[in-house]
Amino acid sequence: MSAELLGWSIFISQIFLGLAMVLAAVRVLWGPRAQDRVLALDTVYVIAATLLLTFGIRTGGTLYFEAALVIALLGFVGTAALAKFLMRGEVIE
Amino acid sequence: MPQTMPDALLPLVVGLPFAAAIVAGFLSTHARGAAALLAGAVAVVDVVLIWVAYPTVAGGGVLLFELEWMPALGLNFVLRMDGFAWLFAGLVAAIGALIVLYARYYMSPEDPVPRFFSFLLAFMGSMTGMVLSGNLIQLAFFWELTSLFSFLLIGYWYHTAQARDGARMALTVTAAGGLCLFAGVLVLGHIVGSYELDRVLASGEHIRAHPLYLTALILILLGALTKSAQFPFHFWLPHAMAAPTPVSAYLHSATLVKAGVFLMARFWPALAGTEAWFWIVGTAGVTTLLIGAYVAIFQHDLKGLLAYSTISHLGLITLLLGLNSEVGLVAAVFHAMNHATFKASLFMAAGIIDHETGTRDIRRLSGLHRFMPFTARLAMVAAAAMAGVPLLNGFLSKEMFFAEALRAPTSHLLIHDLIPVGAVLASAFSVTYSLRFIHGAFFGPDPVDLPRVPREPPSWMRFPVEILVLACIIVGILPAATVGPFLDTAIRSILGEATPQYSLEVWHGLSQPLLMSVVALIGGVALYLALQRHLLKGVEGAPLIRRLDARRIFDRTMVFLSWRLARTLEGVLGTRRLQPQLRLMLCVAALAGLCAVYVRGLGPGNLFPAPPDPALALVWAVGIACAIGAAWKAKFHRLAALILLGVAGLVTCVTFVWFSAPDLALTQLLVEVVTTVLLLLGLRWLPKRFEVGRPPEPRVYTLARHLTDLAIAVIAGVGMAALAFAVMTRTPPELLAQHFLARAYTEGGGTNVVNVILVDFRGFDTLGEITVLGVVALTVFALLRRFRPAADSIELPEQQRDQLAYDAAHPRQTDGETVSDWLLVPSLITRVLFPVIWVIALFLLLRGHDLPGGGFVAGLTAAVALILQYLIGGTRWIEDRLTVQPLRWMGIGLLIATTTGLAAWLFGRPFLTSYFDYLELPLFGTVPLASALFFDIGVFALVIGAATLMLIALAHQSVRGHRVAQASEEGQPTPPPRQAPALAGED
Repeated sequence: MSAELLGWSIFISQIFLGLAMVLAAVRVLWGPRAQDRVLALDTVYVIAATLLLTFGIRTGGTLYFEAALVIALLGFVGTAALAKFLMRGEVIE
Repeated sequence: MPQTMPDALLPLVVGLPFAAAIVAGFLSTHARGAAALLAGAVAVVDVVLIWVAYPTVAGGGVLLFELEWMPALGLNFVLRMDGFAWLFAGLVAAIGALIVLYARYYMSPEDPVPRFFSFLLAFMGSMTGMVLSGNLIQLAFFWELTSLFSFLLIGYWYHTAQARDGARMALTVTAAGGLCLFAGVLVLGHIVGSYELDRVLASGEHIRAHPLYLTALILILLGALTKSAQFPFHFWLPHAMAAPTPVSAYLHSATLVKAGVFLMARFWPALAGTEAWFWIVGTAGVTTLLIGAYVAIFQHDLKGLLAYSTISHLGLITLLLGLNSEVGLVAAVFHAMNHATFKASLFMAAGIIDHETGTRDIRRLSGLHRFMPFTARLAMVAAAAMAGVPLLNGFLSKEMFFAEALRAPTSHLLIHDLIPVGAVLASAFSVTYSLRFIHGAFFGPDPVDLPRVPREPPSWMRFPVEILVLACIIVGILPAATVGPFLDTAIRSILGEATPQYSLEVWHGLSQPLLMSVVALIGGVALYLALQRHLLKGVEGAPLIRRLDARRIFDRTMVFLSWRLARTLEGVLGTRRLQPQLRLMLCVAALAGLCAVYVRGLGPGNLFPAPPDPALALVWAVGIACAIGAAWKAKFHRLAALILLGVAGLVTCVTFVWFSAPDLALTQLLVEVVTTVLLLLGLRWLPKRFEVGRPPEPRVYTLARHLTDLAIAVIAGVGMAALAFAVMTRTPPELLAQHFLARAYTEGGGTNVVNVILVDFRGFDTLGEITVLGVVALTVFALLRRFRPAADSIELPEQQRDQLAYDAAHPRQTDGETVSDWLLVPSLITRVLFPVIWVIALFLLLRGHDLPGGGFVAGLTAAVALILQYLIGGTRWIEDRLTVQPLRWMGIGLLIATTTGLAAWLFGRPFLTSYFDYLELPLFGTVPLASALFFDIGVFALVIGAATLMLIALAHQSVRGHRVAQASEEGQPTPPPRQAPALAGED
C-alpha cells in the first residue's frame, strides 16, 4: 500500500515539477526583461535538480542524487555570470 | 675479395652529422670555434668511415644496412653503398670538411655561427642519406630534406630581403620538384612492384616497356632537373647566391645541385636508353649549357658569374647523360667530380675576395693580384680548369665530352651536326667568362675606393682552396693513376657488365676533340677581346635575351597563385556573413542525408518506442520550445538566445539521466556551464550589429528569403529527427559495445565502461584528443594576444559608465563605491565554495574508473571553480592572490599522460598498456589502483589548463581594454598594445 502511495505521489510530483518547468520556461521565453529570463533560468535549474531527486527515489539509484548535487552546486554559475553581465556589462573585470 | 666490412658503419656515416647538428644547435650563439671544431671533426670522421669502406666497394661489393620500418607494407629503411654511392658520399664528406675549415674563417663572429654549422651538418647528413638510400621512398624523403636545409642555409642571413626571397624561391622550385620525384618513384615502385633500389635497377627492361614508363620518367626528371637547375628551372640558382659563400661553394656547386645529376646517373640502368630520355634530358642539357654559359659572360657579380657557369656545367653533365651512351655516363660522372673541385675552389676564392675587399662587383675590382698574389694564382689555376685548359682536370672531361658530342646517337642529321657546334660554342663561352673572372678581378690598374684595403686572407682560409687546386692539377696530369680506380669502381657499380672501354689519358693524339678544344680556346679569347667595350659599359643583363627573365615569370606565377587566385576564389566562394555559410552547410548536410535515404530507403524499424513518460514529455516540450526560441532570438537578442540555450542544454542533461547515461549528463552539465561563461565573455566584444551597405530590398524578397530559410531548417531538422528515430527503433547489430562491456573489468580493471574505453581501450585516441585540445587552447591564446575589438565595443560597457557617472556626481562617493558591495553574499559563498568544488572534482577524478566521473569531467569542474573566483573577485584581485599557470597545467598534463603510456614499455608491453591491482593502504583498507588513473590525472590537468587558458585569455581583454581607455582619456598617446598581465609561461 505504502509503495503504491509512494509511486503515485512521485508521479504526481513529477507532473507538477514538469508543469513548473513549463511555467518557468514561459518566463524565459517571454521575458520581458533580461532579468526575468535569468531568474527563470535559475528556477529551471532548481526544478531540474528536484526532478532528478524524484527520479532517483522512483528508481532507487543513488547516482541520480549525485547528478542533482552537481546541478545544485554548479548550476548557479551560469546565473551568477549572467547577473554579473547584466550588472556590469562584462563577466570578468 | 670483400672483407667482412662492418655494414653498421653506414648508419654512423648518415647519423653522425644529424646528431652533431642537434648538438651544434644547443651551443651558445657565439661559440664559433667550438661549432667549427665539432663540424670539422664530424666531417673528417665521415671521410675516414667512408674511406674504410673502400676496399669492399672496390671489389664490387655492396654495403647494406637494413632496419625494419613498415614491414606490413614491405618497406625497410635501407642504407646501401656501392661504388657510385661511395664516390658521391666521399665527395660530400671531403668537400664538406674543407668547407667547414673555410667557413670557420669566413663567418663573422657577429653572426650566430653555431646555427650555421648546425644547418650545414644537417644538410651534410641529408645529402649523405640521399646518396646512400637503398629505398626509393627513403631517397625522396632525404631529397626533400636537402631542399629544406638548403632553404635554411640560403636564408641564413634572414635579415636581408634578398636572402629571404632567394631561399623561398629555391625551396618552392626544388621542393615542388621533390614532390614530382616522390610521385615519380611511387609510379616506378608500382611498375616494379618494389621500392628496393636493387630490384628497380635490375628491372630496366621491364620498366622501359611498361605503359607507365613515360609518366614515371617525366616525374622523376622534373625532380632531377629542378634540383640541378636545368633550363627552364635554372633561375633559382643565381638567387641562391644570397647565401653565405661557403654555402654557395658547398651546396650550389659541389653537392646539392649534383643531386639531380646523381639521380639521373643512379637511375640510368632503369630509365635511360630510350628516345624519350634522349629528347628530354638532352634538350634540357644542351639548352642549359648554352644559355648558362652565355649569360655568365655578362654577369658583374663574381658569384653570379660562377652561378651561371655552374648552371652551364650542370647542363653539360646533363647533356652527357642524355646522350644514351655508356662512355657519356663515364664522362658525366668524371665531369661532376672535376666540376666539384674547381668550382668549389673558385667560389671560395670569390668569397675571399668579397671578404677582403668588401665587394664582389667585377666593375669595381681590379688589379688584385698585387695585393693577394697567392689567392690570385690559385684562382687562375681553378679558372683555367673551368675553361678546359690542358693539363688540368677540366680539360680531360671536356675532351671526353667533345668526343661524345661527335658521336651523338641520333638519326637526325641536323641535330647530329648541331651538338658538336653547340659544344664548341659553349666551351668558347666558358673560356670567355673564365677570362673575365680572372682578368676582371686580378689584373688591370690598382682598385680605387674599395670598402676595405685588400690583403691576403688568413692562411687557413686559403688552405681548402690550395687542396682543391692541387687536386685539379694532379688529376689533370695523372688522371689514370689518381682518380682512375675510383671512377672505375663507380662506373662498374652502375653499368656492371656493360662498362665500356675508355681511356683517361691526357694525350690522345691529334684528334678531332683536340681540334675542337683549340678552336674553343682561341674563340673564347677572341670573344673576350671583342666584348671588352661592351663589358666596360657595365650594362646589367645579357644582351639579346635580357627579356627572357624566368624569374619574372616565376614571380608572376606566384603572385597569381598566392594572391590573385586566392582573392578571386575568396570573392567568389567566401562570405563574411554567417547566414549564407550556415545555409550552405545545412543544405549540403540535408542533401547528403536525403541522398542516403533515397538510395537505401527509410522503412520503419523493428522496435516500438515505449509510451512516453508524461513528466519527461513536459520537460521535452520545454526544451523544444526553448531551442526554437533560441534560434528565433539569435539574431537580435543574443543574451536572450544564450539563456534559452541554457534551458535547452539542461533539458538535454535531464534526458541523459532519464535514459541512464549519468556520465554524459555530468559532462553535458559542466560543458553547459563553461559554455555559458565563455559565450558571455565573448558577447562583451561582439560588435553591436554588422551593417550591410546595400539598398533596402522589397519586402517580398525578405519574406521569400525567410521562408526559404525556414524550409531548409525544417527539412534539416525533421530529417535529423527521422534519422535518429530510424536508428533507435532498430536492434543494434553486434557492435564493439558487447566486446567492451565484457572486457572492461577483466582487462581494464574498471566498471565504468565509458571511462575504461577513454583511458584504456581507446587511450591512444584520448591522448590525441587532449593534444588537440591543448593546441586549440594555445591557438585561442595566441590569437587573443593580437585581438583588436570592434570600434563600438572598445568603450566601457554602458552600465559601468552609468555607475561611474553616478559616483562622480555624488561628491561623497569615491569612484567605484556604488558597486563595491554588490553581490556581497554570493561572493562570500563562492569563495567558501572553492575548496568544496575542488573536493568534488578530485572525487570525480578518483572514482572515475568505476563510477561516473573521470579526468575530463573533473578537470572541467576544477576549471569552473577557478572561473568562479575570477568572476567574483575580478582578474586583478584573483591574480594578486593566486598564480594560475594554465600553460604549466597543460604541459604537465600531457607529460603525465604520455609518461604513463611510455611506462608500459619498461615492462615490454605496447604503448599505453594499462595495469591494475589492489593496494593495501593504512586507514583506507584495500583500494583498487589502475595505472589508467595516472593517465586520467594527465587528462585532468590538461583540461584544467586548456579551459582556464581560453577563458582567462578572454577575460584579460577587459583589463587590456581598460588600460587603453584610461590612457586615451588622460590625453596620452595610446601605449603600444602590451600583453595581458603575466599569464604564466608568457615570454
